[in-house]
Amino acid sequence: MFWKKKVPLLIVFIMGFVMAVQYFVPSDFSKKFYDTYIDWAIVIGIFGGVLGFFSFFRVHIHKVSKQAPNWQFSLISILCALLMIIAALLGGRGSGSLFMKLFLYTSAAINATVFSLLAFYISSAAYRAFRARSTQALALLLAAVIMMLGRVPIGDSISFWTAWGWPSINEISQWILNVPNLAAKRAIILGVGLGSLLMSLKIILGIERTYLGSE
Amino acid sequence: MDFLAKLEKVDRRIIYLIITVAVVLPFFFRMGLPITISPEVKSVYDYIDGLTPSDCVFISGDYDPQVDAELSPMFDAIVRHCFEKNVKVIVANVFNLQGIGLVEPRLKKLAEEYHKVYGVDYAFLGWKIGGSLLIMGMGESFKKTWETDYYGTRLGDMPITRNIRNYDDISLVADLTGGGAYNAWIVYAYVQYHQKIAAGITAVMAADAYPQLQAGQLIGLLGGLRGAAEYEQLIKHPALGSVGMEAQSWAHIAIILFIILGNIGYYAVKRKNKK
Amino acid sequence: MHWSTDIWVWIAVFFTLSVYTFLWKDNPLYKFAESVTVGIGMGFGVVQWWNLSVVDRFWVPLTTRGTIGLVLIIPAIMGLMMVTRIVPRFAWMSRYALAFSIGAGSGFMLPRAIQASILQQLYATMLPINISWTGLMVNLFIVVGTLAGLIYFFFSKEHKGVFGGIANIGIWFLMVGFGATFGYTVMARLSLLIGRVLFILRDFLGMHLF
Repeated sequence: MFWKKKVPLLIVFIMGFVMAVQYFVPSDFSKKFYDTYIDWAIVIGIFGGVLGFFSFFRVHIHKVSKQAPNWQFSLISILCALLMIIAALLGGRGSGSLFMKLFLYTSAAINATVFSLLAFYISSAAYRAFRARSTQALALLLAAVIMMLGRVPIGDSISFWTAWGWPSINEISQWILNVPNLAAKRAIILGVGLGSLLMSLKIILGIERTYLGSE
Repeated sequence: MDFLAKLEKVDRRIIYLIITVAVVLPFFFRMGLPITISPEVKSVYDYIDGLTPSDCVFISGDYDPQVDAELSPMFDAIVRHCFEKNVKVIVANVFNLQGIGLVEPRLKKLAEEYHKVYGVDYAFLGWKIGGSLLIMGMGESFKKTWETDYYGTRLGDMPITRNIRNYDDISLVADLTGGGAYNAWIVYAYVQYHQKIAAGITAVMAADAYPQLQAGQLIGLLGGLRGAAEYEQLIKHPALGSVGMEAQSWAHIAIILFIILGNIGYYAVKRKNKK
Repeated sequence: MHWSTDIWVWIAVFFTLSVYTFLWKDNPLYKFAESVTVGIGMGFGVVQWWNLSVVDRFWVPLTTRGTIGLVLIIPAIMGLMMVTRIVPRFAWMSRYALAFSIGAGSGFMLPRAIQASILQQLYATMLPINISWTGLMVNLFIVVGTLAGLIYFFFSKEHKGVFGGIANIGIWFLMVGFGATFGYTVMARLSLLIGRVLFILRDFLGMHLF
């Protein structure tokens, strides 16, 4: 209990307190401490990377060895990962290398395309779910439509009313961004800021302990 | 009335087809619509335009392939501007490992186009583990934080990085991100070291950054493909951003029509059910 | 139009179209593309992590900085303790490394986050409100909108009476803010599709677009 729980909580408290105070005490010692912390934390993080790679290989090797449904795709993932390692060993990692080309023309292309699917889904969602059910929903809808028109070149081309000295749709969208949107997002930022402040305090004081994991 | 009610039940594949046509066709029939410049993009342009060859801009490509279409045009435009002004450019991927594969080939290609010398006019640091720790570390010792560039050369061995001690020697940090990385730059580089920061972010995040912009935590902001298009117009080098803006216009019109038709169908069904 | 003769471009187009088949329904071609990107992405990560972090950021300073470099063995041991999470019996040891990082990170963030997210945002809200276009249409809206939005998020008091009325104004501001985000989100998603279309038209079909 002492070594497994109390010592880690003590480390959190000491480190948290010292690092918070360090900001207000600009001395050589505090600067040195700050510097060392950064250096050490980076090195700790490097080893943390092992966890990610380990869990990838463990999950996929397990699936292949158990011949779980779709295990063939896990095998493909493992082989592709090994292929990248071999490609880097043989041809380096610079632009034009097999390693970089494999990444750019397979993984990067696939990832970019997977996310571009969202364009279709958001179109479908706009058609099916974007309803003006209340006046507040109508406000949201109108702001969205003004943004969609105001942020593209066609917005200015259809703003025929500018001839009478009224602001173009682009200018209206700019005002929405700079004023009501800014106010709303600032309220959120302040709320989140206060929330993260409290969370930091709870961690330092040992009230929040979920990062310790289960017993 | 029945027809209006049927609008509620249009097959999703028809919607997909319409949006595909709205995106593809404008590339074949271009109208040359003008792109207006917003103040937040202009301020980034003005800042970089005011730099001299002794200045150095640090660009962090904190994005992955998912948002490549929005952020790489920004990267190209900013690097082009710096190269045209003979400003030194250091590129890294502070928060995103996969960003290496996206920005390294682009940087090399642009450097060749502008006849820039590696290690003298530009450098590529790649990625190191640490994220925010790297931002903090750069404020104390740039060389110690990065140690080497992407190709393994010690930073002390390259003229461009030899004399960079910390943020005092970096005129601007331009963070291109598909997430909230610009917030980390504000918290750790702006607050403590008063480093000037410009953000190039995806359109999804763009509306959220206006409070930071108004508070002066960011010197300017490029939001989505539109931001890239505006910057391309400013440097008079229309490329991927500008060319995509017409397709963007027509696709938006299509979506707005979807919203209107969807609502007509919704109210038609509602009225029918009331009867 | 000149079709690309680069085999890599053809490979990318094959994978692009494979992913788009998902729009019809899930199928083995899509799953194949998915498993390739997972594997290639992981391989890319392993290689870059090894070269850029383990070698350049740990091994190089350890072997070249003399005694100062050797001190890095301490965080390295802490890092190895983090890896003990793999073995459930020794997983508790990882708490030391986590405690070091999380504790310091929280303490580190505390004063800086107060500055960035609270104080500087509050200063920026203290704006002059006078009888002018900027004073009323910009500054007044920002001040009222921020306060009303904050009041809306204050759930310790029931939203009734004057308090409820102000919270209601906050909802209107938030709705407009979310509308702006939605409009921009539509823009973002379509930009990604435009990116793929541009790749096919320019890199694959060889169209001169600019």
